[in-house]
Amino acid sequence: MRSTSALLYLSGVTVSFDGFKALNNLSLLVEPGEMRAIIGPNGAGKTTMMDVITGKTRPDEGEVVFDGKSDLTKLDEADIATLGIGRKFQKPTVFETHTVRDNLLLALSGIRSWYKLLLAAPTKAEKDRLDEILTIIRMTDQQHMLAARLSHGQKQWLEIGMLLAQDPKLLLVDEPVAGMTDVETETTAQVLREINRSHSVVVVEHDMSFVRALGVKVTVLHEGSMLAEGTLDQVSADPRVVEVYLGR
Amino acid sequence: MITRFLWQGMGPGLRLFTLLVLAVGILLPLANQLLPPTSPFHVPAWVLQLIGKYLCYALLALAVDLVWGFCGILSLGHGAFFALGGYCMGMYLMRQIGSRGVYGNPLLPDFMVFLNYKQLPWFWHGFDQFWFAAIMILLVPSVLAFALGWFAFRSRVTGVYLSIITQAMTFALMLAFFRNDMGLGGNNGMTDFKEILGFPVQADGTRAALCFASAVALALGLVISAAIVGSRFGKALTAVRDAESRMRFLGYRVEGFKLFVFVLSAAMSGVAGALYVPQVGIINPSEFAPGNSIEAVLWVAVGGRGTLIGPVIGAFLVNFGKTWLTGALPEFWLFALGALFIVVTLLLPKGIMGLWGQIRDRSQARKAQGSKSGAEKARVPA
Repeated sequence: MRSTSALLYLSGVTVSFDGFKALNNLSLLVEPGEMRAIIGPNGAGKTTMMDVITGKTRPDEGEVVFDGKSDLTKLDEADIATLGIGRKFQKPTVFETHTVRDNLLLALSGIRSWYKLLLAAPTKAEKDRLDEILTIIRMTDQQHMLAARLSHGQKQWLEIGMLLAQDPKLLLVDEPVAGMTDVETETTAQVLREINRSHSVVVVEHDMSFVRALGVKVTVLHEGSMLAEGTLDQVSADPRVVEVYLGR
Repeated sequence: MITRFLWQGMGPGLRLFTLLVLAVGILLPLANQLLPPTSPFHVPAWVLQLIGKYLCYALLALAVDLVWGFCGILSLGHGAFFALGGYCMGMYLMRQIGSRGVYGNPLLPDFMVFLNYKQLPWFWHGFDQFWFAAIMILLVPSVLAFALGWFAFRSRVTGVYLSIITQAMTFALMLAFFRNDMGLGGNNGMTDFKEILGFPVQADGTRAALCFASAVALALGLVISAAIVGSRFGKALTAVRDAESRMRFLGYRVEGFKLFVFVLSAAMSGVAGALYVPQVGIINPSEFAPGNSIEAVLWVAVGGRGTLIGPVIGAFLVNFGKTWLTGALPEFWLFALGALFIVVTLLLPKGIMGLWGQIRDRSQARKAQGSKSGAEKARVPA
């Protein structure tokens, strides 16, 4: 395992499903504090890459190193989450039968073992932190409402609150603006930039105007490998990228 | 700390219900023991036996609900844990017979003499002591549940596949226990019990005590379940039920949560089975029949999955119906059971406990519609 200053280091990662290579010798570096956008056509391997980083899928080959010391290919989802990698899914997944506050409590970094939770009572520090997050996501009034009764937008906010509660070092965000209006898309870009002040972020997205609004370094994936990397203007000018997006 | 833990989940409704269970378990035996048979309030021994049996079923239903209603594990094999607890109690009761058996062997139970056993099989040792049997009643179902759960949950077997495995487990155990070579009485099982803790099993006083003990066990089961469900563990548990992979990505090791409730639930089922056997006077391999486990799931569905009171109500209602129908129209019971399955699934997805909410929602919807049309009418003249 190589030692590296990068927060996330992928090298030569290959994943195949029944002979189909979802990832093919993929390498990627994310620096601490960076925000990176990953784009690519359908089937480029964006979600598989997320799955590899979060421990849901084991790569056949290659290295995945987090924070210069943790080999993610040897750990499972719970370990990786505890190390400080949070994941937001494309579809907002909140715990519908719990209240907004309990959703945040479950996400709050801290106790994770089942036997400690049997006797755990929320501490003052935890209560304060929950109140703080509720204020940030503007849901103090809805804190005792069941998550199932929230609107789509409110669920997105709650999930962002859960990520704040989890307080990860690296945040993986999967297509955050799918199904959003232009105004909501713009607001989400703002929120992500705010989060990026204290967290590293990797965003997977289709929507080019959203990626432009983020204004960060872009990695283009194609058929499981990196095709191009640079600013959005640089990669848009790359003939291979144009070929991939428009050629078919 | 322990008291706080035990009371944290007890809402006022559940407290009242637990007291009701205890009241039944105290008043019925007292009415049998203290009142003369001529009194209109005298409770005959067969009623005690029946209620005691229902209380054991209710505890089994509660155990099924703990894993199914709160953790989403649909076990179709909980009857196996119930039967194993029952067999442990049966072994203790067999050893209490001593030389009063038909063959008069002081050490070997009758069926062993009949099958030409020369010595007691190794696993029968210790069962002459009640404390040993009591530990085994908790331990044997727990160990089986732990072994099954360990492999199944770690391999992430969920949903219908897990249900099939549990069903296969109880079926395999049934076939195994049918064999005479198992040394557990083969297809006849164990019966002709004489004494429990020195008291004659058939006596009214013993029946009263067993009915009381069953009520206490059920009340204890309710308190423990409520404490678990009401804790932060319980919140995590229902979150696992609703979105398992999300919990993993939050850093929870989901297997531990599942394994804990599965083992606890198996132990509760074992206790229920152990209290059941002296009251019905027999334990045999048919207790492992897959149908029994499915029936237990139905009690939970009827009463209300994911509530603690629901399974108890469901177990009492369905078994009351079964007792009545198998007496009045024996050939219709299975049809009634099947119909109940369909009716509950279609019309009562949340069981009897959800009925109140369903009615309230409907009447609210009607009211909202009524006031809307009323408002429209009011607007017409203007």
